[in-house]
Amino acid sequence: MIPELGHFALILAFLLAIAQSFFGLAGAHVGRESWIKATNPAVTGGFVFVSVSLACLAWAFAVDNFSVEYVANNSNSALPMLFKISAVWGAHEGSLLLWIWIQAVWTLGVAALTGGLDPTFRARVLGVLGIVSVGFMSFTLATSNPFERLLPSPADGADLNPLLQDWALSIHPPMLYMGYVGTSVAFAFAVAALIGGRFDAEWAKWTRPWTLAAWLSLTIGIALGSWWAYYELGWGGWWFWDPVENASFMPWLVSTALIHSLAVTEKRGLFKSWTLLLAIFAFSLSILGTFLVRSGVLVSVHAFASDPARGMFILGMLLFFIAGSLLLYAWRAPLLKSEHGFEVFSREAFLLVNNGLLVAAAGLILVGTLWPLFMDAFELGKISVGPPYFNAVFLVPTIPLILLLGIGMHSSWKRTRFQNVKVPLLVLAALSLVAAILVPLVVYSGLKALTVVGFFAAFFIMASALVEPVSRLRHKQTLSRSVLGMSLAHFGLGMFVMGVTGLESYKIERDISLGPGETHVIDDYEFKFVGTRPVTGPNYEAIEGIVEIREDGELLTTLRPQKRLYQVRGDMMTEAGIRIGPDRDLFVALGEDLGLGRWSMRIQYKPLVRYIWLGALVMAIGGGLAALDRRYRIIADDAAKKADQALSGGGPTGRPVPGAASTSTAAQRGA
Amino acid sequence: MWRYLGPLIGVLALGAIFAVTLARIGTGELDVREIPSPLIGKPAPQFELPSVQDENERISTAALAGRPWVLNVWGTWCPGCRQEHDTLLRISSDSVVPIIGLNWKDERSLAMQWLTQLGNPYTKVAFDPEGDVAIDWGVYGSPETFLVSAEGIVIAKHIGPMTEQIWREKFLPLLAEKSGGGA
Repeated sequence: MIPELGHFALILAFLLAIAQSFFGLAGAHVGRESWIKATNPAVTGGFVFVSVSLACLAWAFAVDNFSVEYVANNSNSALPMLFKISAVWGAHEGSLLLWIWIQAVWTLGVAALTGGLDPTFRARVLGVLGIVSVGFMSFTLATSNPFERLLPSPADGADLNPLLQDWALSIHPPMLYMGYVGTSVAFAFAVAALIGGRFDAEWAKWTRPWTLAAWLSLTIGIALGSWWAYYELGWGGWWFWDPVENASFMPWLVSTALIHSLAVTEKRGLFKSWTLLLAIFAFSLSILGTFLVRSGVLVSVHAFASDPARGMFILGMLLFFIAGSLLLYAWRAPLLKSEHGFEVFSREAFLLVNNGLLVAAAGLILVGTLWPLFMDAFELGKISVGPPYFNAVFLVPTIPLILLLGIGMHSSWKRTRFQNVKVPLLVLAALSLVAAILVPLVVYSGLKALTVVGFFAAFFIMASALVEPVSRLRHKQTLSRSVLGMSLAHFGLGMFVMGVTGLESYKIERDISLGPGETHVIDDYEFKFVGTRPVTGPNYEAIEGIVEIREDGELLTTLRPQKRLYQVRGDMMTEAGIRIGPDRDLFVALGEDLGLGRWSMRIQYKPLVRYIWLGALVMAIGGGLAALDRRYRIIADDAAKKADQALSGGGPTGRPVPGAASTSTAAQRGA
Repeated sequence: MWRYLGPLIGVLALGAIFAVTLARIGTGELDVREIPSPLIGKPAPQFELPSVQDENERISTAALAGRPWVLNVWGTWCPGCRQEHDTLLRISSDSVVPIIGLNWKDERSLAMQWLTQLGNPYTKVAFDPEGDVAIDWGVYGSPETFLVSAEGIVIAKHIGPMTEQIWREKFLPLLAEKSGGGA
């Protein structure tokens, strides 16, 4: 009964989303006030019904209702409760429902916080968001109903894929979807602006905090995925250039470009049509990612069960959104003119270069990801494009990007006179260069050009990110969240670059076989294989290796890597044993039992690897701070006041929604 | 206007390619998971290995030259191999072509037990516990099945459990073609 209720609630939400799109867009078009007002209850109702639907599915998992096919395929009575809940989005159907719910959350957030926006414009934004919801809901209802019954129902479920039985991976999809879906807000703002033919600095100001919130969710989501791959897949890599990873990285790159170009549009009224195009592409790439993951056109390690019929549906949706918005763009964008020029050494120019390089990076990844598909389509033979391509081409745009960042941060609008910051920047650059040469020589072994470039960029970015906050604090000037957030985000990028440089230059990986009592030495560390013992988990049996690590003869730690057999599916999983540290990780993964107590093992020394994820986290915190900047709250306040006046004057607006005065709370929710 | 239509045209072209690809996957014409062996069209890698059943018996590719044969890579630890076993038995009962087993990364006693209990579809079974020969053949998972022509050229490869359908539609026609051409 409850699954049917969930299905029914989803249908109701679908109808409300249609109402939301119609009243939003048609209401704005004909200027009928009652229709415009009707979008609000449609949004709220949609959120309520999608929540009910999701709760029904979660309930079916919680009570082991294996008469629901999706539950039977992805859960088991022995599964711990946390993973029963995260199993809701463990496969295609349920993850779509989660996606729809997150869309409903974002839409509710937009409706609650834009109460003071021009009502016609706001109605269009909600209308476009409604169409996006309609698209995903009809996809789910038509091809991927998670509430489908299975009769006769099995006594127990087939269990959740053991790869997904991990806490980082239980929050990885929601974070990632927050990011993907969040790009639909910037998209909706862009399309609404194109429909209305109005596109000014206010537009950019309204769009920025939403884009930042989407961006920071993507950042955390991607970092979680990378971290999980590191400790769970057993290879100790942190990025594999898998099509699915690329699918999440491309919208990230384009969103990053969008955040920067929105700054130019907000502050200087430039790059308008470019900003619009980026907003459209950030969202398009998010749906493209969904398409690539779920249609089966590409081979990937973590693709969903693929189905060409579903692929066709998403493709249709993808083309509808992209082609529709680009057609609108081609029609409207010629009207947009930039009023001002700028000079070569200006923040505008630096941000233009930033955008060019970020989009080029996204483009190169897109080409690499889709290349096997083109080869197939034109029957040119089968190829797979792997890490060698991506590692090589990705550096081409990103090295200039990170080298220019330190200076670019300190450029000013219109025309930069570097006089004020020249001396500190030169000093920092010189110090960074010295450090970039000394660190490889003193701390590590060996000096390579690319290592020096990487360390220099990392140190210089981190140092110059601190210049402005420090100088403002010293001169007792106010430090806005926006500036602090920007500095922090760039500092995080510096940490990330440092981590990648250190890791890729000095990592040591050994595949060895050890018998009980034997040792292997890497760098200053002696790994001693003590032996193995059996371990029993809630739904798996494991063999646990015991590996003692000594540094200078002193016992540093004992690692316990496991090989788990999950009985229900018969899957083998590797749980690496990792000793984490600020300067390096030590990593042991069990390979194969070679008989007589010998095991093959992968032992790794991973310098600075923590900074890859820590850097991403700092970036996300910076993005969050910037999204919470006072000026976004002020425009919300001002707008709310205006709306109040309009209301008391019998204007066309509805009552401003209570949340409008507190952007901060909502942005926290958005984060 | 035209300047602004560029992105749209690009996206539509991409969409067309996606649609064609999906349609081909739908009709089964295209299988994105299939990775053709670089061995196809090349001489089969030579090996000489002991037999599973008798340590002293040597099985060598040289002795197989002159007529087509099939190499099936398997191990008792491999669920897919258990799955295809009955199919292999049926194929071998037709005796169209000898099937040479390559017992991969396995234990002799387990392999013997398997063949006794489940039946032996193989003309001969070579024992490759270290997997050296499998590396020469580019095996990265089992089961894998290769078809070698009378001239010693690898002409087909199938990854995953052999099925009646694949045998009928992929392997048999190649065999017929080769023997027809040779006659």
